[in-house]
Amino acid sequence: MYNASNLRKGLKILIDKEPYVVVDFQFTKPGKGQALYRCKLRNMINGITLDRTYRSVDTFEPADLEQRRMQYLYNQEGHFYFMDLQSYDQSALSAEQVGDAKNYLIDNLEVDILLFDGRPIGLTLPNFVDLLVTRADPWAKGDSVAGDSKPVTLETGYTLRVPPFIEEGIKITVDTRTGEYVTRVK
Amino acid sequence: MSPGSNDPTSLRERETLAAKKPNLRLRAGLLQAIRHFFTERNYLEVETPYLIPAPAPELHIDAIPAGGGFLHTSPELCMKRLLAAGYPKIFQICKCFRQGERGSRHLPEFTLLEWYRAETDYLGLMEECEEMVVFVLEELGLPPRLEFQGRTLDLQRPWHRFTVQEAFDRYASTSLERAMESGRFDEILAFEIEPSIGFPKPVFLYHYPSALAALARLGKEAPNWAERFELYGAGVELANAFSELTDPVEQRTRFEKELAKRDEQGKPVYPMPEKFLRTLPFMPESAGIAFGVDRLVMLLSNQKEIDPVVSFTPEEL
Repeated sequence: MYNASNLRKGLKILIDKEPYVVVDFQFTKPGKGQALYRCKLRNMINGITLDRTYRSVDTFEPADLEQRRMQYLYNQEGHFYFMDLQSYDQSALSAEQVGDAKNYLIDNLEVDILLFDGRPIGLTLPNFVDLLVTRADPWAKGDSVAGDSKPVTLETGYTLRVPPFIEEGIKITVDTRTGEYVTRVK
Repeated sequence: MSPGSNDPTSLRERETLAAKKPNLRLRAGLLQAIRHFFTERNYLEVETPYLIPAPAPELHIDAIPAGGGFLHTSPELCMKRLLAAGYPKIFQICKCFRQGERGSRHLPEFTLLEWYRAETDYLGLMEECEEMVVFVLEELGLPPRLEFQGRTLDLQRPWHRFTVQEAFDRYASTSLERAMESGRFDEILAFEIEPSIGFPKPVFLYHYPSALAALARLGKEAPNWAERFELYGAGVELANAFSELTDPVEQRTRFEKELAKRDEQGKPVYPMPEKFLRTLPFMPESAGIAFGVDRLVMLLSNQKEIDPVVSFTPEEL
């Protein structure tokens, strides 16, 4: 059982027997008043979000979710397939469930697949993933609008801005939480 | 290249701290200016222990247990004991600790400025509050009209004043009476009233319902109201102040009620601060105020969140 002080981004709780994840969370408290926890919650199965304000006396059931380490295999007809590294069972997630994580899914990448009642419902990426640059235009020097960065395309089709010295064929580390360039892989 | 210089976590920390530098400089200047203001007015700067056996019993303020006692949630009780012992004008800038308070404007460890003054009341402190902020602005070389999050914050005196009743009438979706009955006072204050007040001038919200008096004296002519105010600047709660309750019997009754409510809600029940209650009869007519220093730095540095105005947040340690 959780109480309101356990609420934070990423916490998974049950509301009406369905798993919800706290996607946005604001703690506020008039100095002498009661603590107020304003949450945006996303239903982990259908993606619908709702807003709730909780107080310190409220309690919650944790959503009973299992996390399993799996390897990304391939995507086909809008589904992404993963293999359980222990049982070798395959699981599939829809494009909607994968969301922006598709920008980082390369063959054999190990991720954590989330299961609710045995059904796969989402995934957690490693914080940093190394990806190959497949397209990089030469840097237009003196292009003051672009500043000190230029756009490149990665092997997953994801485009982002990187420093000018990054060229095609180079691997770079990307922070999957921000989607930003971190460093060049040596 | 030194080892670890490419470590993204360490890189991020160095960048974050570099970006905070103007705010941390402003904080340092502000602390000096505050000290200057009070010492010039013959206030004595005091330090009271952080580690105490009994925090003030309040339903909604949770202390962090430490070393067989608690870290103080404010220096209030010890400062009042000084006041009762013949220290009529005292101030303190100290760290305070409150369990579980973490949000965009809250840190479980934060900096509070408290000052107490004999022979004055909450109205006198409103004046002094305005004078203090105007003084520190001048010392810091800041203009009296600042930009805060795209809006003007005008700190020139006099500031606005309205009662809690007026604030509910003007901004809330329900009446003060109904909010009190349904236990939604805090919610409505936080989400409906706070965001609308304190622009362009700061506002003193005063006369709190007597049920929310805490350690405040009730109005002499209107005992339904506590002689308490909160100061808001640009929608940000900055300070809480009141004319001090000096009746030990009344104070004990209030503490007992708060402790009973804590017990009911399954919260830790603190020991009764007996030594404080014993000195209360000797406390002169006085008023005291707790002013959030981090929040003032936020306003003066145009930061809408508290994180950029402290060197390290608990998560960064």
